[in-house]
Amino acid sequence: MTGMLSLITFLPMAGVAAILAMRFLGQPGARTDTAGKWIALATTLATFALSVKLVLDFNPANTGFQFLEELPWFAGLSYRMGVDGISVLFVLLTAFLLPLCIVASWKSIEKRVLEYLIAFLILETLVIGVFCALDLVLFYLFFEAGLVPMFLIIGIWGGKNRVYAAFKFFLYTLLGSVLMLAAILAMIGISGTSSIPELMTYKFDAGLQTWLWLAFFASFAVKMPMWPVHTWLPDAHVEAPTAGSVILAGILLKMGGYGFLRFSLPMFPQASEMFAPLVFGLSAIAVVYTSLVAFRQTDIKKLIAYSSVAHMGFVTMGIFSGNAQGEQGAIFQMVSHGVISGALFLCVGVVYDRMHTREIAFYGGLTQRMPWYAAVFMLFTMGNVGLPGTSGFVGEILTLTGTYGASTWTALIATSGVILSAVYALTLYRRVMFGEMTNPALANITDLDWREVMIFLPLIGATLYLGVQPDVVLNITGPSVDALVGAWRAAIAG
Amino acid sequence: MEQLVTFLVLAPLLGALVVGLFGRRLGDIVSQSLTTGLLLITCGLSWYVFSQWTWGGLEAFTVHLAPFINVGDFKSSWAIRIDGLSAVMLVVVTTVSALVHIYSWGYMAQDDSRPRFFAYLSLFTFAMLALVTAADFMQLFFGWEGVGLASYLLIGFWFKKATASAAAIKAFVVNRIGDFGFALGIMTVFWAYGTVQFAELFPLIAGSTDRGWEFAGQTFHLVDLACALLFVGAMGKSAQFFLHTWLPDAMEGPTPVSALIHAATMVTAGVYMVCLLSPMFEYAPVARNIVTLVGAVTALFAATVGLAQNDIKRVIAYSTCSQLGYMFFAAGVGAYQAAMFHLFTHAFFKALLFLGAGSVIHGMHHEQDMRRMGGLWKYLPVTYVVMTIGTLAITGFGIPGLDIGFAGFYSKDTIIEAAWAAGRDNGIANFAFIISLVAAALTAFYSWRLVFMTFHGTAKWGEGAAHADDHDAADAHAADAHAAHDDHAHDHKPHESPLVMLVPLIVLAVGALGAGYAFVEQFVGEDQVAFWRGAIVNGPHNHILHAMHEAPLWVILAPLVVSVLGFAVAWWVYIAREGMGARIAARRGPLWLLLYNKWFFDEIYEATFVRAARFLGDLFWKGGDQKLIDGFGPDGVSALSMAVGKRTGKLQTGYLYHYAFIMLLGVAGLLSFALYAFSRGG
Repeated sequence: MTGMLSLITFLPMAGVAAILAMRFLGQPGARTDTAGKWIALATTLATFALSVKLVLDFNPANTGFQFLEELPWFAGLSYRMGVDGISVLFVLLTAFLLPLCIVASWKSIEKRVLEYLIAFLILETLVIGVFCALDLVLFYLFFEAGLVPMFLIIGIWGGKNRVYAAFKFFLYTLLGSVLMLAAILAMIGISGTSSIPELMTYKFDAGLQTWLWLAFFASFAVKMPMWPVHTWLPDAHVEAPTAGSVILAGILLKMGGYGFLRFSLPMFPQASEMFAPLVFGLSAIAVVYTSLVAFRQTDIKKLIAYSSVAHMGFVTMGIFSGNAQGEQGAIFQMVSHGVISGALFLCVGVVYDRMHTREIAFYGGLTQRMPWYAAVFMLFTMGNVGLPGTSGFVGEILTLTGTYGASTWTALIATSGVILSAVYALTLYRRVMFGEMTNPALANITDLDWREVMIFLPLIGATLYLGVQPDVVLNITGPSVDALVGAWRAAIAG
Repeated sequence: MEQLVTFLVLAPLLGALVVGLFGRRLGDIVSQSLTTGLLLITCGLSWYVFSQWTWGGLEAFTVHLAPFINVGDFKSSWAIRIDGLSAVMLVVVTTVSALVHIYSWGYMAQDDSRPRFFAYLSLFTFAMLALVTAADFMQLFFGWEGVGLASYLLIGFWFKKATASAAAIKAFVVNRIGDFGFALGIMTVFWAYGTVQFAELFPLIAGSTDRGWEFAGQTFHLVDLACALLFVGAMGKSAQFFLHTWLPDAMEGPTPVSALIHAATMVTAGVYMVCLLSPMFEYAPVARNIVTLVGAVTALFAATVGLAQNDIKRVIAYSTCSQLGYMFFAAGVGAYQAAMFHLFTHAFFKALLFLGAGSVIHGMHHEQDMRRMGGLWKYLPVTYVVMTIGTLAITGFGIPGLDIGFAGFYSKDTIIEAAWAAGRDNGIANFAFIISLVAAALTAFYSWRLVFMTFHGTAKWGEGAAHADDHDAADAHAADAHAAHDDHAHDHKPHESPLVMLVPLIVLAVGALGAGYAFVEQFVGEDQVAFWRGAIVNGPHNHILHAMHEAPLWVILAPLVVSVLGFAVAWWVYIAREGMGARIAARRGPLWLLLYNKWFFDEIYEATFVRAARFLGDLFWKGGDQKLIDGFGPDGVSALSMAVGKRTGKLQTGYLYHYAFIMLLGVAGLLSFALYAFSRGG
């Protein structure tokens, strides 16, 4: 069906229009807010349903772009949309997480509810747009515009230091983006096209590739984030509302990894090969360094944020391993991390909503009062640790295997991450959940309610299903990744 | 047969899922009946498979249930592999598990989360079955870490107790150190041979013995490197020297768990893996020497520590560690069959000793310190008899001339003879042989010491005042859960355990008596080739199972002599001169302190690795992230925070311009470079 991608991308805007209409026509108040939530939920669920259909209709055997749309725009630019095996799952992941975010915010957001919902819906449009855009300028617009709603979500609905965190987030990412814009303009000027499929086969001069690669790297490395440009992430997470963290960890970070796969590898193959050792080095450092930092955190959310950086280290090394195991593993790890880290931030949200603190020392012994929560939190802790049977394992073992094929040193250092993740994740779990309940403030804390159970069920299902049957993802990404790896190898050989 | 083994493996998972999710609704009795019933069925089916394998001419086969991870050559599936090795493991795992399920009806009767306990037990059993029936490294790793998860959950079962949750984390993390090597070994295998499936891998090994392999900047002998890395995983799981520290602490878990996981099954997974990979280890002489050395050192080290412990469970835990060492050096010298045989007999007598200890602890109202026991044989007669049988089995008692003895007699003596045979032209094997005799003497001493301190001599449990100075065995949770029971417990005399606990003990005692005699021919004797049918590979130059029959009389008699010696010394110290042991301990000599403190491993690790991790974590966080990166990197973002936090919006905008200006400079610079490079290129 033509127009499918545009429909999925812009469907959330229909929700925005409906909420705006209601806001200006109706009475402000709790009832309007509730109606707005239902509109947002219905919109995101419809988007999710369409994206499921998209994946079902997707033909994995076809390694080219599918569901193509093209409209001439201006100045030689076009509105081009399309997905391949690398991008299609990110559309699904985004559409999967958004309804959960809306439900997760149902009670915890009390001020400016309609604006909050609108920000999330706009964010959904922009993020899905990033993964569907096949025009360089269009991609850039989606990519950068996505910053704005996230910036607002942190800055308006965040915690005490929200303004500091929002600015740090904005400045870091903008710094990278400006460099990327310069590179994009140079690429269009040189090649004469802004079409991503055409640019993927365009051969840039090797010397120029170096500069273009670095400019894109600046942007994507900040987004991932890679060490040492990761320090905005813990602050942004700590201040962001729960749903903001879910989107940030679950989707926005993946835009960096997606960018490496879509631009850096196919368009600048020589430069990618040249800089692969740099990426390996930074990734290996990220795994060890941020895992150790995570171990020492006193704030639950900060700990999980640092663990995200470590997990993204596996992704970047997998991408630049240049073999199918590493790159399939990287995509799998991104999808899996989207589910597991989103779920972990939701787990933090559960206790934060009740106690309004994320200090680890405040908690302890919650298992006695919250057995179901204990089970859910345990499952996702194990997913984070990469226990086989959860999706976390598949991503880790594949990226590590791929990395081993490119650099045994990097694999050796990064594999130590499997020890360190157990240290920080299980220590966190122990401090929050085990032991005697000594804090009297916790005496009446309640277990998960139905709304929370409904949020966690899909995430539990995804974590276990992808852990036991990872082939459902690997079969979709396989042919496109093979094509990517084949083209990359041919380019550096020739 | 295919459906049968599929059901066999999945039944415990079914029990675990149903009871884990709905246990509270179903109630304790239904939960326990369901899990125990399914386990009994699984156990019956396992013995059927085993008997078909041993006597029915069943051939090896693999059921492929579903794909697992598949990327390029990296192919794995959910499968059930049935062969000699897995058939042995099936009966070991399910028999002990079924008996432990039954036993727990009595032992856990007063616990208020029994459904959770039984669900974990069944979950463990499933993971263990997945491990032993794996047809590729991925499912092996799944089972490997799955049993680790179950172990973690069960050690920390009494989660309110701080020591229990600390021990649980320790077990998981130390196992992860092993898995770090294991994972690297799998990757090495994959990149060297292009497969992770055993059936594809094993035929490739013999042709690759000349291959070198570059790893982390050094060139190694490929098969040796792969085997050594994989063995690191086995060291973690089987608590071998350096990675053993988690096992004694794991005794924080309920005693049935110690019997099932930390004695009979999970900890033997490392031995199983080495035997399973015998087609690889046969071509890895260096790795095998490492296995022999580590096994021998562990056998001796753990036995020495066992001499000085007072907690009844810790003594048995160190004994397990030591016996695992025997199994490893048996595999290391090439006698995989002997290693598997000892694994098999050990499962019976060690589970017996643990469950017997549980019966004592139960009868003593949750007392674990042997110094407060004594004279219990009158009060726990059945437990006393079965524990004595278990002790005779572990010390390998038997009459060499008649070839009749307890289970350990057959398997342990086989190992000692194999080490002697290999030791004739291998110094490390010779070292293992000497150690095996020393450790056998020590084993006899600490095992009989346990029996004497517990069941013989004067009763010390009457004296309420006789408090031990380091009573670390206090079971906080048990005290909690059994508060009502314990309040008036001190007036009560120790009591024998209920029938539901005694029956499993008696069954295991039968195994400890007869398992060696019944299966010696199949495992290591005349019928071994027909029994294993290729599941264990001995290379063309490995004739160890024949060579060991050339052992001279003194080698055959030596194990008996040293174990009688150990018995005699224990009898002297703890019966004839009762009180001598306490006097030696009270003197706190340097050797006693070293042994009592387990060679200070925990202290050394705490002072090095744990402190280093804390230090580096703080350094990277506060020094790296906050000072260096935030301070210098994005040009004073911390200053921005001050501005944003304390001053007016005017300054913020000022900083924004500041940033925008720097960015523009960067862009301009980059663009000019790009254009310059482009024009030169064109």
